[in-house]
Amino acid sequence: MDIVALIEHDRGEAADVSFQALAFAQSLGATAIHAVVVGALSSELTAALGANGATAICHIDGDLTVDYDPEVWGEALAAAVAQVNPQAVVGLATDRSGEVLAHAAAIADAPLAANVTAVTAGADEWAVTRIRWGGALIEEASLNAPVRYLTAAPHVFMPQAGGGTAAVVAVAPIWSATAGRTQIVDRITLASGITLTTAAVVISGGRGVGSPEGFTKLDELAGLISGAVGCSRVVTNAGWRPHSDQVGQTGKRIAPELYIACGISGATQHWVGMMASKKVLAINTDRDANMVNKADYAVIGDLHEILPAISAEIRRRKG
Amino acid sequence: MTLRILVCVKRVPAPGARIVLTADRTEIDAKNLGFAISPHEECGVEAAVQLVEQHGGSTTVLTLGPGEADEQLRYSLSVGADKAVLVPTDGSDWDAQATARALVHAISELEAADGAFDLIVMGNESADSGGFQVGIRVARALGRPIVNGVKGLELDGDAMIARRESANGYEVYRLPLPAMAGVKEGITLPRYPTLPARLKSKKADVPSVAAAKHPGGLTTGHFSNPVEVVTETMVLGTGPAAAPAVVDLLDELGLL
Repeated sequence: MDIVALIEHDRGEAADVSFQALAFAQSLGATAIHAVVVGALSSELTAALGANGATAICHIDGDLTVDYDPEVWGEALAAAVAQVNPQAVVGLATDRSGEVLAHAAAIADAPLAANVTAVTAGADEWAVTRIRWGGALIEEASLNAPVRYLTAAPHVFMPQAGGGTAAVVAVAPIWSATAGRTQIVDRITLASGITLTTAAVVISGGRGVGSPEGFTKLDELAGLISGAVGCSRVVTNAGWRPHSDQVGQTGKRIAPELYIACGISGATQHWVGMMASKKVLAINTDRDANMVNKADYAVIGDLHEILPAISAEIRRRKG
Repeated sequence: MTLRILVCVKRVPAPGARIVLTADRTEIDAKNLGFAISPHEECGVEAAVQLVEQHGGSTTVLTLGPGEADEQLRYSLSVGADKAVLVPTDGSDWDAQATARALVHAISELEAADGAFDLIVMGNESADSGGFQVGIRVARALGRPIVNGVKGLELDGDAMIARRESANGYEVYRLPLPAMAGVKEGITLPRYPTLPARLKSKKADVPSVAAAKHPGGLTTGHFSNPVEVVTETMVLGTGPAAAPAVVDLLDELGLL
């Protein structure tokens, strides 16, 4: 089975999730995986794609591809699909890959199943399990089309090294007359260094933090252990923290080594944003809070007393 | 210039409500549920109303949904939209391709009657179906530029400046009008309706535009609730006295 997998990258730099698309393709029983790279393709990326299971790389290059552009990427993916004629086209359910797959599916007028967690590939009809309601509901659906478009829920299909090498094949799309109108024209950098999506430790606050000022205790601890500070939807709706700090269904989805949930009850809306965390520590006054029940570790009590005590203990040990 | 803006919204069970399924698990049991506008689109209505307040023009709100979606249309009118249009369904949940085809048909009818919309706002994804594609399908069919994940929209001459979040800040796009945007919650904070506005919205005329259902290739079978994560929670202690145990844990995980 031939499968086309979109590789997400930013001006040549591969995203953490890039290789999960290859793992997803492998899980479908692909005999050939055609990785699609739009724009800069380094020798490092070529090698890494081969090592992670790509058997070929469809490379689309040119003036239009110097920076990310959802329409151009969608047309590039569509051109690769036309060249390879695969049974399926896959990517990750992220902002970028999700919209690019949607463009390609729209161009082909083919169905797209988003946020897939499992697939049983039949002869014609594929049975797919996908996440709805941001994780609060699971849907069993059938996907019926000659070419099936699917995006995988992040952190479900994890890449395994041990592949081989992939040959690069050039793909030359015939761009639409308006191509280029949705390219990134500028970038605004707000945070440098550690961010919510890259931090190994994320310290998040909920209703229990009580006020914008209450977050200074989270900021202090984050500063000591190179962590990032997040929050729940209640907090951004109250205006205590910017929306860009929100973790959850309508905010960011993260997967840190440790997630410290301070005064967060653990509603589904929040849980789906951090459920991929390796370990969870809940700090809550309520022993029966959802978050406490689902966490690996818990400290019961007032976060306003506990967080400063943790910071003091770290300072003491670091001398 | 004055702006003609269309916002497409979806009626969904109020987010956060416990989701109960019908006995055959093919639908959400809606009889005890409150409904709302899907959160991304509620913010989209506010963003449109603010753009019109700033530059002049009008905001039309459209929904594809059951007759009950009249409630969400009138709510939109009560928070500043000028016109509302219903594209009635049979009450079932239409798949993404069917939804997009019907929206394209309805939008084309509205534009044939009153002229093109400068901006069409959609939600990045609906809260309930989470398809992440209807806006893009509509944009492709209408030949208009679209960017998803938009958390900021400003008019700049004959273009919209759209911002969306990246890992460490924002990406900026400049979309020539007429354009589309798939917006996310956080683009604005929606206002609450005033009482006079609510009363006025109840009297408004809400026309319908008919559209046929042409299903696509993704068909829902049945639903299930996710398996609850069962975790043996290790309680490290109570109150500030637990601090050394927490720091031990950080050390153990190599995070100090």
